[in-house]
Amino acid sequence: MLLKCSIFFISYAAIGYEIVLMQLLSIIQWHHFAYMIISLALLGYGASGTFIALTKRWLLPRFYLSFVINAVLFGFSVMGCFALAQRTPLNPLEILWDRSQFCYLLELYLLLAIPFFCAANCIGLSFTRFNDQIHRIYRFDLLGAGIGALGIILGLFVFPLSIYTKLLAGLGVSSAILLSLNKELPRYRWFVISLCVCSFPLIFFWPTGQLSSGISEYKGLSLALHVPDAEIISEHSSPLGWLTVVRSPTIPFRYAPGLSLNCFIEPPPQLGIFTDGDAFSPITRYNGDLKPLGYLDYLSSALPYHLLKSPKVLVLGSGGGMDVLMAHYHKARSIDAVELNPQVIDLVGRAYADFAGHLYDSEGINVHLAEARGFVAGSREVYDLIQVSLLDSYNASASGCYALNATYLYTVEAFKEYLDHLKPGGLLTITRWLKIPPRESLKLFATGASALYKFGSNNPGLQLVLIRSWKTTTLLVKNGEFSEQEISAILTFCEKRSFDVAYYPGIRAEEANRYNVLSQPYFYEGASSLLGETRDNFLERYKFYISPATDDRPYFFHFFKWKTIPEIFSLKGKGGLPLLEWAYPVLMMTLLQALVVSLLVVLFPLWIVRRTRSRGPERYKIRVMLYFLFLGFAFLFIEIAFIQKFTLFLCHPLYAVAVVLCAFLVFAGLGSGYSHKWSLRLRGVSRNNNGMAIALVVAGIVIITIIYMVFLPALFNRLLPLPDVLKILISIILIAPLAFGMGMPFPLGLMWVADAIPDFIPWAWGLNGCASVLGAVIATILAIHFGFAAVTGLALLLYVLAVFAMVRSSDLI
Amino acid sequence: MQRRYVVFFIVAIGVVYAFDAKADEYQARREHMVKEIVADVKLTSKQIGKKSLNIRVMDAMSRVPRHEFVPFRLRGVAYENRPLPIGYGQTISQPYIVALMTDLLNVEPNYVVLEVGTGSGYQAAILAELVKDVYTIEIVPQLGESAKERLKRLGYENAVVRIADGYYGWEEHAPFDGIMVTAAAGHIPPPLIKQLKPGGRMVIPVGGPFMTQQLMLVEKTRQGKIKTTQVLPVIFVPLTGAH
Repeated sequence: MLLKCSIFFISYAAIGYEIVLMQLLSIIQWHHFAYMIISLALLGYGASGTFIALTKRWLLPRFYLSFVINAVLFGFSVMGCFALAQRTPLNPLEILWDRSQFCYLLELYLLLAIPFFCAANCIGLSFTRFNDQIHRIYRFDLLGAGIGALGIILGLFVFPLSIYTKLLAGLGVSSAILLSLNKELPRYRWFVISLCVCSFPLIFFWPTGQLSSGISEYKGLSLALHVPDAEIISEHSSPLGWLTVVRSPTIPFRYAPGLSLNCFIEPPPQLGIFTDGDAFSPITRYNGDLKPLGYLDYLSSALPYHLLKSPKVLVLGSGGGMDVLMAHYHKARSIDAVELNPQVIDLVGRAYADFAGHLYDSEGINVHLAEARGFVAGSREVYDLIQVSLLDSYNASASGCYALNATYLYTVEAFKEYLDHLKPGGLLTITRWLKIPPRESLKLFATGASALYKFGSNNPGLQLVLIRSWKTTTLLVKNGEFSEQEISAILTFCEKRSFDVAYYPGIRAEEANRYNVLSQPYFYEGASSLLGETRDNFLERYKFYISPATDDRPYFFHFFKWKTIPEIFSLKGKGGLPLLEWAYPVLMMTLLQALVVSLLVVLFPLWIVRRTRSRGPERYKIRVMLYFLFLGFAFLFIEIAFIQKFTLFLCHPLYAVAVVLCAFLVFAGLGSGYSHKWSLRLRGVSRNNNGMAIALVVAGIVIITIIYMVFLPALFNRLLPLPDVLKILISIILIAPLAFGMGMPFPLGLMWVADAIPDFIPWAWGLNGCASVLGAVIATILAIHFGFAAVTGLALLLYVLAVFAMVRSSDLI
Repeated sequence: MQRRYVVFFIVAIGVVYAFDAKADEYQARREHMVKEIVADVKLTSKQIGKKSLNIRVMDAMSRVPRHEFVPFRLRGVAYENRPLPIGYGQTISQPYIVALMTDLLNVEPNYVVLEVGTGSGYQAAILAELVKDVYTIEIVPQLGESAKERLKRLGYENAVVRIADGYYGWEEHAPFDGIMVTAAAGHIPPPLIKQLKPGGRMVIPVGGPFMTQQLMLVEKTRQGKIKTTQVLPVIFVPLTGAH
């Protein structure tokens, strides 16, 4: 029992550390680089298999001591390796200019892999030492990981990141102490226990320093803090991100993106909210006097207020409240503001309410804590105006940081949902940063056109308008056709502010490029080509991927096309690199590196095992290899696809990750625990009872998944208005049988290996670890290109292939 | 005693020679950098609307010792056609972009130019080679102080550095014939537009660190009207050939 509890703790701590590390690295660097670094670090799991295969003759007789040392090392490396990693001067932005950055990257991989390597050693050693208990060990491993995933998400609402990291390190050491209590540890047991206990104060008094001091100097927060007298006045941490509020009294923030050059009103002082050290959102000073807010009328996003009188407005992603203030300035009749992060609402509505002029307490303004798409889907209200403006920072958007972020805000289905919630004549407006050549704005335009077709429009071109300032673009989608008076108002608005009209029904080419002159009227040409018969040809010929995103492929920020790579690299010295959308190439680089490292980790032990002439025929080894590889991929594919499916249902990305991950791992753990009994039940039925058990379980997984693929969308649509608690409960009930089955093939396979070729246990463990890492990356790539339905389908195919790899049909008779 | 003097003399000659050799090496690298810029401009002539940049700009590029404006550890790569970090989250743009931005200002020797965002002072030094006076404003005190010292040491007496908020420009010396806003700007401060002379030009690089996406050229006509142009510094036609 002590061993199982130790495994539970170490798995809890390891998954917690993975999530904490993701958040820490997203703060210090950028999200997609964090993803790359952690994917490689997780290969510590794979390396552990190799390590155990090589050293098991020495380690297994000293199992308890080896476990304890690895668990303590895990605790210390969680703290120490990250502290060292913070000192590594990696600057990913320079990576294409400066080759020494690759050395820093390697240093980071190695440093951050150590904790995962130690944790995996604890579990891998246990599998090898107690190969008759594999199903139980795996059960506690999965239970620890499942509850750990839930624990971290709840815990991060309570503890700051630095404290939670210490708790996880302490948990690692606790698992060492627990196991030290086992009587099988040699006579110096109390010495080991004392040492472990003494390490607690070391961990808890470990200096963590200021998080803000470690972040990339090129992120918005670092830049803001270089300004004289600028200071962080409050910090808030949650799983939704690390918020910092910055005051800059001497040189105030003046956030007014793409402000017309004809505006001479200085924005009032602002407080800056930074999320994860970037993603700026201002809280603007307001004292009830609307005059200083006049600058808001000179932003491109102000256009709808010149077409609608006293509208009922829905602001999606209200952040620091700028769009709410804009609606308030334009005398909106009522304003519903939706914000995902409760801490952001608290900052504007309570902590800095005096500064913000108690905006959220004003009559007619209602603030809702919800995810934008989910709020719209669950609402019965209809609006005159639905507004979404610049939900990300310019730099992050400019460098293509978001390509890997699945977002359901800008899909065809989402647009249709918004249109459903517009009154006749109502407007949906979306403002984005301007990029040249255009990407986001044209993709939005194409999405708008597709949604209008689905909404029943025969001529979407009559319902779309696109304008641009020198730094932003605003798209208008109308529930109805634009009238001549409205078009006249749009032209007047743009003329007064020197904004260009990129598209309106009936636009002439010479109108599209007047004030902010481009070498070609790209926006007009693009928008015009995206309507009518030229659309498909244009999408094909355009050098960026601008086909609309859908709920099945919700990667709005994915613009990358392979064919442009040689051209962009040839323009490197001539300022051409900004044309590169970073995140996708980084993802491919991650896959490539992970493949190379995995091959090293997998092939090396194979060679060793062959040299040591392990027993067992050669063909078994190949079959075992394929079996664990396919299992690792298939498990991850289904898990990731279901997280996406449930994100729409639970209307919250965080709930979806917490509930799905926890439910999958916990029920898979229970399934693992049951796998042995299941196998024994089949003893009389088949010669190869393990093989039979695997085949039946996989059949169950395939049937349940197919049923879910067919019926879940309709079921979710019906159940969407239910309260959150009920939806979470339903999600768990739905996931339980599938996950229970998915937890069985791995321990059944390992038990089979333990009988046939026991030397392969650590290797199979390492292989599964590699497959999990590769699987996560490959699933993202497949989802970007083919959608999550394809990812799920492929997972089922892999499960079936795994059965064929492991079990010959003759074995089952 | 005499022998000691001889040794000292030989060492001194060696040091002087080494410095000269280093100076020659930097000169050679600078010339190579200028040749690269010339070739790049030819390649991008269609986008930037000219086959070559102003000869005075290219002369200035070949004179200003770029290695003096980068951190010591980066001197070896100072003349590579790439952006370089200078600390405090700031970068020095790649030489091709610096040349292009300077050219876009259309400067004359009698011009008075304002720069917002001094950084290391490299752009100010280039401008100081070309115009009568350069007034440059830096928001980060440490960067401003070191740029001030550097420009003075290198003899750019006509470049004046001030540590202040660039938003309000530099009223005492306004109006300016040209304004270069090298600091990141979410919007263009209205006071800068006011301080631009009729017929004057303002250039603003748009993009994140290490990534100049496009250059924005703001022109104030003789009648005081504002016209802006987005200049993409590369030939990149977003459509592949017709099918």
